[in-house]
Amino acid sequence: MELSGAEILIHSLKDEGVEYIFGYPGGAVLHIYDALFKQDDVKHILVRHEQGATHAADGYARSTGKPGVVLVTSGPGATNAVTGIATAYMDSIPMVVISGQVPSAVIGSDAFQEVDMVGISRPCVKHNFLVKDVNQIAETIKKAFYVATTGRPGPVVVDIPKDITDPRFKVPYKYPKKVSIRSYNPAVSGQKGQIKKAVELLLEAQRPMIYSGGGCVIGEASKELTEFSHLLGYPVTNTLMGLGAFPATDKQFIGMLGMHGTYEANMGMHESDVIIAIGARFDDRVTGKLDEFCPYAKIIHIDVDPASISKTVKVDIPIVGEVKPVLEQMIELIRESKKAPDKKALDAWWKQIKLWQENDCLNYDRESKLIKPQYVIEQLYEVTKGEAFVTSDVGQHQMWAAQYYKFDKPRRWINSGGLGTMGFGLPAAIGVKLAHPDADVACVTGEASVQMCIQELSTALQYKTPIKIINLNNRYMGMVRQWQEFSYESRYSHSYMDTIPEFVKLAEAYGHVGIRIDKPEDVRPTLEKAFAMKDRTVFLDIITDQMENVYPMIEAGKAHNDMKLRVAATGTTTDRELA
Amino acid sequence: MRHIISILIENESGALSRVAGLFSARGYNIESLTVAPTEDPSLSRMTLVTSGSDQIIEQITKQLNKLIDVVKLIDLAEDAHIERELMLIKIKTTDKNRAEVRSMADIFRGRILDITPETYVVEMTGPSEKLDAFIAAVDADCIIEVVRSGATGISRGEKGLHL
Ligand SMILES: Cc1cc2nc3c(=O)[nH]c(=O)nc-3n(C[C@H](O)[C@H](O)[C@H](O)COP(=O)(O)OP(=O)(O)OC[C@H]3O[C@@H](n4cnc5c(N)ncnc54)[C@H](O)[C@@H]3O)c2cc1C
Ligand SMILES: Cc1ncc(C[n+]2csc(CCOP(=O)(O)OP(=O)(O)O)c2C)c(N)n1
Ligand SMILES: [Mg+2]
Repeated sequence: MELSGAEILIHSLKDEGVEYIFGYPGGAVLHIYDALFKQDDVKHILVRHEQGATHAADGYARSTGKPGVVLVTSGPGATNAVTGIATAYMDSIPMVVISGQVPSAVIGSDAFQEVDMVGISRPCVKHNFLVKDVNQIAETIKKAFYVATTGRPGPVVVDIPKDITDPRFKVPYKYPKKVSIRSYNPAVSGQKGQIKKAVELLLEAQRPMIYSGGGCVIGEASKELTEFSHLLGYPVTNTLMGLGAFPATDKQFIGMLGMHGTYEANMGMHESDVIIAIGARFDDRVTGKLDEFCPYAKIIHIDVDPASISKTVKVDIPIVGEVKPVLEQMIELIRESKKAPDKKALDAWWKQIKLWQENDCLNYDRESKLIKPQYVIEQLYEVTKGEAFVTSDVGQHQMWAAQYYKFDKPRRWINSGGLGTMGFGLPAAIGVKLAHPDADVACVTGEASVQMCIQELSTALQYKTPIKIINLNNRYMGMVRQWQEFSYESRYSHSYMDTIPEFVKLAEAYGHVGIRIDKPEDVRPTLEKAFAMKDRTVFLDIITDQMENVYPMIEAGKAHNDMKLRVAATGTTTDRELA
Repeated sequence: MRHIISILIENESGALSRVAGLFSARGYNIESLTVAPTEDPSLSRMTLVTSGSDQIIEQITKQLNKLIDVVKLIDLAEDAHIERELMLIKIKTTDKNRAEVRSMADIFRGRILDITPETYVVEMTGPSEKLDAFIAAVDADCIIEVVRSGATGISRGEKGLHL
């Protein structure tokens, strides 16, 4: 079969099993758009801004585990995509971004819409390619998907000069079944000796903690993580990225850890003697002050990326491998072992944890006349029966969604953790809805974040992706305001927007339903009404308590046992023999 | 501590900038960097001199290994190895210092490559420290120009860095 470069690209995507491509046309990719026009195997989703394309592809990827695919033109199209590429990079999300480039002959001459995309994207991609020959397109695409989806996943950029896709030049097409790259061999199973040592240490623990993260979601290891944890009976805490990998309603789950984690999870980490980190990367929002991080613990760390191990926190037993096979081996070893967890020590440990839990650190004023944002999330959880896909933006609303929506399944909680990209939520929700047309998809956002990619409301109409936007409107960049309250004597420098659009009208202008809620008693019925409108995108503009803060909080540079709570903690023990 | 990291990397246009970019993005120290093709035209060999605590060096080697274009690397400082650097140094000569410069070059096993009535160009190879010592020995006012290649190295014994 003889095809042009543009046709080869589209055929390669089809042969790779790509369902959707999120994109925006321009001069350098017109040959590719022409090839797209002539087929309907790969469906193109026309966004309204290239950043939206990357976030939508990202939402698709996070909710399915399949790579998200993006197509943008050279120059401004490519630079607009960079924020979304960096977002995916920080959270290890598989993505393939195809960017048009000016014709090979004029590269380097400051040609119209030329930008060095390979150079610009280099620090925020797993790898990138510049295709120099039409005969290399198919193999490069195969390699791009291979690199993006294996090992520690990540975004890969393929930059294609316009002449390479010229319809006048046709060459034979064959999509490779397999590729191998001699310099790229990600670890899979983990060293047996290390795994054995880890299991021995785990079974000797007196105050153990299971600290699991995004790697358990990415590595499809929920089932193994749950089985492993049940077998041991140890407390489990999740990072923001790991939520859902272990069921939040399980009685062994003690909440998220870190800056806005629960009192019990952070105290548990601080007092623990053996911690197993499973697909988590000791982020600074998790560790707090490094010198005082888990002072009494021996640490086991499972991660597919050797560079994640001992990067910030030195660990005692490193295991390089995929979480799933490593946990499977551990489960087997625990089953075979003559030793069992120390029941007496574990009972005492759980008693201590219960004491911490009695502080009820996520409690809030339930009698308020104002709408409390936490209440909205609790109602959202109930109305959607805990089954919705929830995307979010960045700020206080993101933390409340993480704290109050109890995710029992992986891939349901879709947020930008590593880069913290405002503007992520709405386009991501569109990507999720395309992948899961029958599921409820909610985007929990704030009035500042949602405006960063608001134009994608138009995309949501065109492709009939009925999502529910839960805009927790506090008329503040709440998260910024909270930091200014705590650290800058309430000088609210530029964290308030004097002019906020009428979101109801805005939603209507885009062809959707908009509803404003300003009374607590209206929250539940309006949510029910919104979710009952199965085929409409509904924008709920919810006027919440302006001064509400996210608690608990470990302020920057503080340790796990130095938390700011809404109500000062009782039963706070630093006496580790207490229980 | 000073480390010499030797890298086999795909001989592709972007490869060097990936390594250089990694060092600047992560704030690692880079003392010198040399690159040249190898007997296998698809591979380049890069020698990189850096310094840092054990933890930083561990991160550097892990991050380098993570680059898709990096095929293999070793930290030469971990084992017995030979280090060499080439220097060309142009020295101002007068009737008074000419003999002294020549004998110093001899002592350091340098070779004089070019002579004019007022200059010598001396070629010298050796571990970087030896070149430092020679520069320190020459009167600073007489040094017109110093060109150094940056260190390269190879391990001793049977061990080798190859595919
Ligand atoms: C406003 C705001 C507040 C935040 N507050 C908190 C907070 O309170 N608590 C919190 O936890 N986070 C918080 N974050 C998020 C934080 O910045 C990090 O994104 C997050 O902690 C990282 O999660 P993780 O450690 O699970 O790593 P991820 O970023 O999910 O990385 C996954 C790790 O697993 C590895 N991995 C991937 N796949 C596999 C596999 N198959 N097998 C083995 N390993 C694998 C990767 O190499 C990587 O090391 C906040 C973010 C924002 C924006
Ligand atoms: C693109 C981008 N710019 C700036 C920030 C810094 N930032 C983090 S949270 C936040 C405020 C978000 O306000 P809003 O969306 O209203 O959410 P709230 O905190 O009020 O719930 C800002 C500006 C960011 N994370 N992303
Ligand atoms: Mg706000």
